[in-house]
Amino acid sequence: MTQTETTPAAERGEAVIDVQNLHKYFGDNEVLKGIDFHIARGEVVCVIGPSGSGKSTLLRCVNLLEEPTSGTILVDGDEITDPDADVDALRARIGMVFQQFNLFPHMTVLRNLTVAQEKVLKRGKAESLEIARANLEKVGLSDKADAYPAHLSGGQQQRVAIARALSMNPDMMLFDEPTSALDPELVGDVLAVMKDLAAEGMTMMVVTHEMGFAREVADKVVFMDGGVIVEEGLPADVLGNPQHERTQAFLARVL
Amino acid sequence: MSSATAVPAKRMSPRKRAALVRYIQYAILVLVVVVLALIADWGEIRRAFLDLDIASQLFPDVILIALKNTIFYTACGFAFGLALGLVLALMRLSSVGPYRWISTGIIELFRGLPALVVFLVLGLGLSLAFGVSPSNLTIVTLALGLVGGAYMAETIRAGIQAVPKGQYEAARTLGMTHTRAMVTIVIPQAFRIILPPLTNELILLTKDSSLVYILGLSLDEYELTAFGRENMNANANLTPMVTIALCYLLITVPLSIVVRRMEAKSGKAR
Repeated sequence: MTQTETTPAAERGEAVIDVQNLHKYFGDNEVLKGIDFHIARGEVVCVIGPSGSGKSTLLRCVNLLEEPTSGTILVDGDEITDPDADVDALRARIGMVFQQFNLFPHMTVLRNLTVAQEKVLKRGKAESLEIARANLEKVGLSDKADAYPAHLSGGQQQRVAIARALSMNPDMMLFDEPTSALDPELVGDVLAVMKDLAAEGMTMMVVTHEMGFAREVADKVVFMDGGVIVEEGLPADVLGNPQHERTQAFLARVL
Repeated sequence: MSSATAVPAKRMSPRKRAALVRYIQYAILVLVVVVLALIADWGEIRRAFLDLDIASQLFPDVILIALKNTIFYTACGFAFGLALGLVLALMRLSSVGPYRWISTGIIELFRGLPALVVFLVLGLGLSLAFGVSPSNLTIVTLALGLVGGAYMAETIRAGIQAVPKGQYEAARTLGMTHTRAMVTIVIPQAFRIILPPLTNELILLTKDSSLVYILGLSLDEYELTAFGRENMNANANLTPMVTIALCYLLITVPLSIVVRRMEAKSGKAR
């Protein structure tokens, strides 16, 4: 049996992301085998685990990029797995940052940041620009406003991607291995931006291999393996004193 | 020299052999050109193909009527074909079964038929089937659009599929609807990718527009090929054909140049 504690009902009330008994199949392959998982407001949760453990799938289920096979996901108390849920409105409230950045290559950096503000949130041009510039400033890339993504380094592209997500004023942010595609010397800038965000109280779910970041920034670390949550708790406990042998074996390999 | 000891003297290095083969090729080319030039009857060629008196009689009609009509017919057919192709491509990519089946049927039908057959069937069929008598312009637009649209649908589909899935996902995570994500993010990138094959299709349609002659044209409806044939027969001389051939190149060569420019530009932005 896993060591996952069941979430007390009282605590569940303040959870911004509340995943209950989530199963996900790709064909016959069961990738998530009954996940219970929650994130409280303002919490930073790092999800770690070997590749193929289902951690990215879990993250992608939270904003329905993957359709859960069964189970319930509540975001801010709204059941997003309900067929009647307005998924587009929900996604606008959840920022997402991808491993491959996924900036729009046919638009300038500034346009990347304003397009969804205008088309989805129906903000005016001036307001969108103002918010976009403020967020570019925040990630330290004000001077790149008029550049095209192809002219930026990977680290700069990822910071623009974070700024793009922030420009929608999301309630929470999902990071899917945000530094895995970066050259080692560019990782630090991106992590620094994420640390700032965490310090501002942003609710964050981060799938990552950066154990240092998890140890330093996370309020909670979740270790997944084989489609289940094997162990979760404070970073010092899970990373420093893992109870489960699968966690120990994984950490021995990556640390 | 060290090579003298390493390699037997009479064996040529691969690079030298390649150079020698190329020289032989050039020599053969020059020989063929010279022989052809010697045996050709230049007087007859000039009389039959390059009669300046006949050529000058063709102006300005060859430009103001024929070239204009060719461009106009092609533009109408291409515009309709592009819109149709986009709709068919989106239907083919749809998760709704009947959409896919219908678009596959239309694409296979009009890709499989000679354009001439489409012109004939539309030209005669519309009036028989529906009792309407559409203008030649309507028929040429429909026929070129159906044939071109069937080809372009497959090109556009390939272009949409060539846009990385992450682009669509990023758009959706920003709260865009499926339609918004396709219109604002995916399709513009797809068109950038397929610009060269689409222009190729435009060039093909330019030439297919000549098939409109089958409908029977009035004088002011003549496009380049019909105009050339008419004047070739009237003068018993090939100069009109050479003239309209140059007119076709006047359309197609600039198109190729524009595309190469656009490719270079979008290559920079990617």
